[in-house]
Amino acid sequence: MSVRKLGRGVAVVGAGMSKFGAFPGKSSRDLFVDAFQEMRTSVDKGLDPKDIEAFYLGNFSGDLFEGQAHLAPILANWVGLSPIPAVRLEGACASSSVALRDAIMAIASGMYDMVLVAGVEKMSDLPIEKVTDTLATAADVTYEVAAGFTFPGFYASMATAYMDQYGATPETFMRVGYKNHENGALNEKAQFGARIADIMVSKQRRAEKKGRPIPTWETEMDFLKDDRANPMIAWPMRLFDCSPVSDGAVSLLLVSEEIAKQFTDEPLYIIGSGAASDGALHSRATFTSIPAAKLAANKAYEMAGVTPQDIKLAEVHDCFTVAEVLATEDLGFFAPGQGGAAAEEGATARNGVRPINTSGGLKSKGHPVGASGAGQVVEIWKQLRGQAGERQLAGDVNLGLTHNVGGTGQTCLVHIFERR
Amino acid sequence: MEMVDLTAVGFYDALKGKNLIASRCADCGDVQCPPRTICPNCWSDKVDGIEMSGKGVLRTFTIVHIGLTQMIEAGYDRFKPYCAGLVELEEGPVVSAQILGVDVSQPESIQIGTPVRAVFVERGKDDAVKTFLGFEPC
Repeated sequence: MSVRKLGRGVAVVGAGMSKFGAFPGKSSRDLFVDAFQEMRTSVDKGLDPKDIEAFYLGNFSGDLFEGQAHLAPILANWVGLSPIPAVRLEGACASSSVALRDAIMAIASGMYDMVLVAGVEKMSDLPIEKVTDTLATAADVTYEVAAGFTFPGFYASMATAYMDQYGATPETFMRVGYKNHENGALNEKAQFGARIADIMVSKQRRAEKKGRPIPTWETEMDFLKDDRANPMIAWPMRLFDCSPVSDGAVSLLLVSEEIAKQFTDEPLYIIGSGAASDGALHSRATFTSIPAAKLAANKAYEMAGVTPQDIKLAEVHDCFTVAEVLATEDLGFFAPGQGGAAAEEGATARNGVRPINTSGGLKSKGHPVGASGAGQVVEIWKQLRGQAGERQLAGDVNLGLTHNVGGTGQTCLVHIFERR
Repeated sequence: MEMVDLTAVGFYDALKGKNLIASRCADCGDVQCPPRTICPNCWSDKVDGIEMSGKGVLRTFTIVHIGLTQMIEAGYDRFKPYCAGLVELEEGPVVSAQILGVDVSQPESIQIGTPVRAVFVERGKDDAVKTFLGFEPC
């Protein structure tokens, strides 16, 4: 099949997000207002919201998390956007990338000149067992979840297979979590704006305050191997291998390429978009790679006319630490089986040859499921425009990539952004 | 071959009778477990129900400490975690199932490639008792 091209170019000219975290007093619509307002201030030359012609919202399960379905027109109305077409798209943890891709195609088709894309999830109202059950609905409930698999369990199984095939250890994956916390500590939007070392200190202070014996760890790796401080969730994945339960919202403004400069002198041109689907984990030929992610990546690279080597930074889907290792291989950054070693050697740190998840990733920034895909775009927006503060990568950061996975890889999308 | 119900109802009814069933396409031979009423390989609707031997090999697994509600209700918790895994049946398909008869306190001792055989596990209470697929080393 020949490479498909968009009918006309599409650019991101605004990006905003709420803080990610656990916010007992805030509902999904409150979080969306935060994201929408920040997006408005991010449009360099100003925005008249009346010019927004359609609204594409990514949200996994407002139904189960909040008892609220049909969120798109509700949120559109809440910020004064009725009566534009408003639709909710769902692809589990890739929901807002699904929304992004459909918004891109809507503008590229000529149907709209300006579209609002958003992602939102409000997860923290439910107790953990109900959160676990709700997340499990992203897998095949009849034939996979019936076996007792939880989401940590699925990814843990991939880690087991990866360790068996390539000789990695649980410590390999812990290095990814450590690195993402180092990055997230510099991100004011992150749920855990703290390095592992900071978390160790605060646990010691808390124990001291409560008159309990003060735990001691020599290194961050000691802490991460401590069963009490870092309990097992699904072997070999521990608490600090898992992205947290989060609330958050993101808002992106997309326009056709022809009018992008009316909004900013530094738009992000969307030059690649790839998507693919797959069946259950047990239906795949491999458990150490996510086939649909590879397919989506190849499509995106092909459309953009670039190779993995051209990409300056990538925000990848680290719902669990093992997922980041697999992602870097599926995206072609490292050979199969080399992603673990690369992480251990520091290749994926901010000062490494292949920076991954400078935002802190889902692990320390947070993973409000429906918002994560769009959240990744916010980091690319900041880095490509030189606005990432202390996290800013040096050099000409002109090409960024987002990699977003729904479920265990049943929905995968990759987008490539260029600052010219 | 008698008409076998290849929907989820049929699959779980068969498990209750201690049978593991699959579907096989009469046109292209593709085997699916769990079964389907359409061949995903050639789109034929001429799919027959067949019985699996129940023999397979463990392809990967995890030990779940923070479990689903249905497993917590079955008595599992962080002091009694359970093993979930993927098993490649000798006929080809790979299925998800609880893995019993392994030492969940020593996950490093559980070998990928271990030969396993199907067992039939009851969970739930009273009217809601259901039979699920499990595997144990053989």
